[in-house]
Amino acid sequence: MNFTASKQPENCLLGPESDSQRTLYPYVTGTSVVALKYKDGILMAADMGGSYGSTLRYKSVERMKPIGKHSLLGASGEISDFQEILKYLDELILYDNMWDDGNSLGPKEVHNYLTRVMYNRRNKFNPLWNSLVLGGVKKGEKYLGTVSMIGVNFEDNHVATGFGNHLARPILRQEWHENLSFEDGVKLLEKCMRVLLYRDRSAINKLQIAKITEEGMTISPPYSLKTYWEFSAFENPTQGAVGSW
Amino acid sequence: MASSGFQADVKALQKHLAARHLIYQHQHNKQMSCPAMAQLLSNTLYYKRFFPYYSFNVLGGLDNEGKGCVFTYDAVGSYEKVGYSSQGSGSTLIMPFLDNQLKSPSPLLLPARDAVTPLAEAEAIDLVKTVFASASERDIYTGDKLEIVVINADGIRREYMDLRKD
Repeated sequence: MNFTASKQPENCLLGPESDSQRTLYPYVTGTSVVALKYKDGILMAADMGGSYGSTLRYKSVERMKPIGKHSLLGASGEISDFQEILKYLDELILYDNMWDDGNSLGPKEVHNYLTRVMYNRRNKFNPLWNSLVLGGVKKGEKYLGTVSMIGVNFEDNHVATGFGNHLARPILRQEWHENLSFEDGVKLLEKCMRVLLYRDRSAINKLQIAKITEEGMTISPPYSLKTYWEFSAFENPTQGAVGSW
Repeated sequence: MASSGFQADVKALQKHLAARHLIYQHQHNKQMSCPAMAQLLSNTLYYKRFFPYYSFNVLGGLDNEGKGCVFTYDAVGSYEKVGYSSQGSGSTLIMPFLDNQLKSPSPLLLPARDAVTPLAEAEAIDLVKTVFASASERDIYTGDKLEIVVINADGIRREYMDLRKD
């Protein structure tokens, strides 16, 4: 029998359970990303919040980044894992450029790479705690795909992560159509982001919309949506209420 | 190859087999027969016996003589050549109906009876549409849309049908 205090702290990497460090739960997280295909390319929207549990810790987090010449990556979930993915992709694009052969990785290829990375990390029980949206245009072909932290991936005309799946996609299913104009696409995304702002507690009213076309990628400066809180049903919510609650 | 289960594992498995099929074509200068692919799929699944592909498969195709064959699998590679099969969340609803309609001979009978089911193509497609429409009624995971792949001597054809969207 062992009477000595033998509890070793996990961070000194001794003992059977500390043979590797792994993500157990996320710390700083971003909420939904919503994206859709429109006439000239892809439109993607994400707010700029980085939550630390229930605290709104960071309010200027850019959750959408260009990848190479043809792609745009949006991420929700653990922000530090997103930064690590950007490092991986940076190296990938670097090697692609160093070939200097006139070829460049398109959105389909980058999406496939990300799928492999996420799936393999999941198989090692050390996932990158993100849901990713990868969009882009190459040689006139528009591409929009998504990968989750366990490697589930698909492409579609409109995608969303997190709460966006439940609140934004039904709107997109009704109102999306082929060859949306830029203005209509932005209006549709803003409609989705407004619903998310009202109903997702981790959403903040500071967002960016990114556009990627054959010509390249542009990202809007941060702005906020107009909201309406004067609905009569909420004006005097306890009027006529029975009971203590 | 039709697969049900965890999508990331399904995609990974199908990608693996597609790659192996391509290598086979390079090495043998011909397409893999269905029985050959059947064995490959079984071996691939059993290779991950202790961290399985969460994928429930049905393999269909043509053998070297051009006759149709269907193989059914579990997640770790047990397989059997059958006349018909179903896998996935709706299989408990579909399989008894198929048994009733297609009356497969018992595998215990001697001499061994051929498992091929005597249906014309149109009847078979109609049966598939019927079973999926029925499964959509009671299985929450089945629904939205159905894809039917028809493989015969003329080649490969796909048909689509909408299912209940709830």
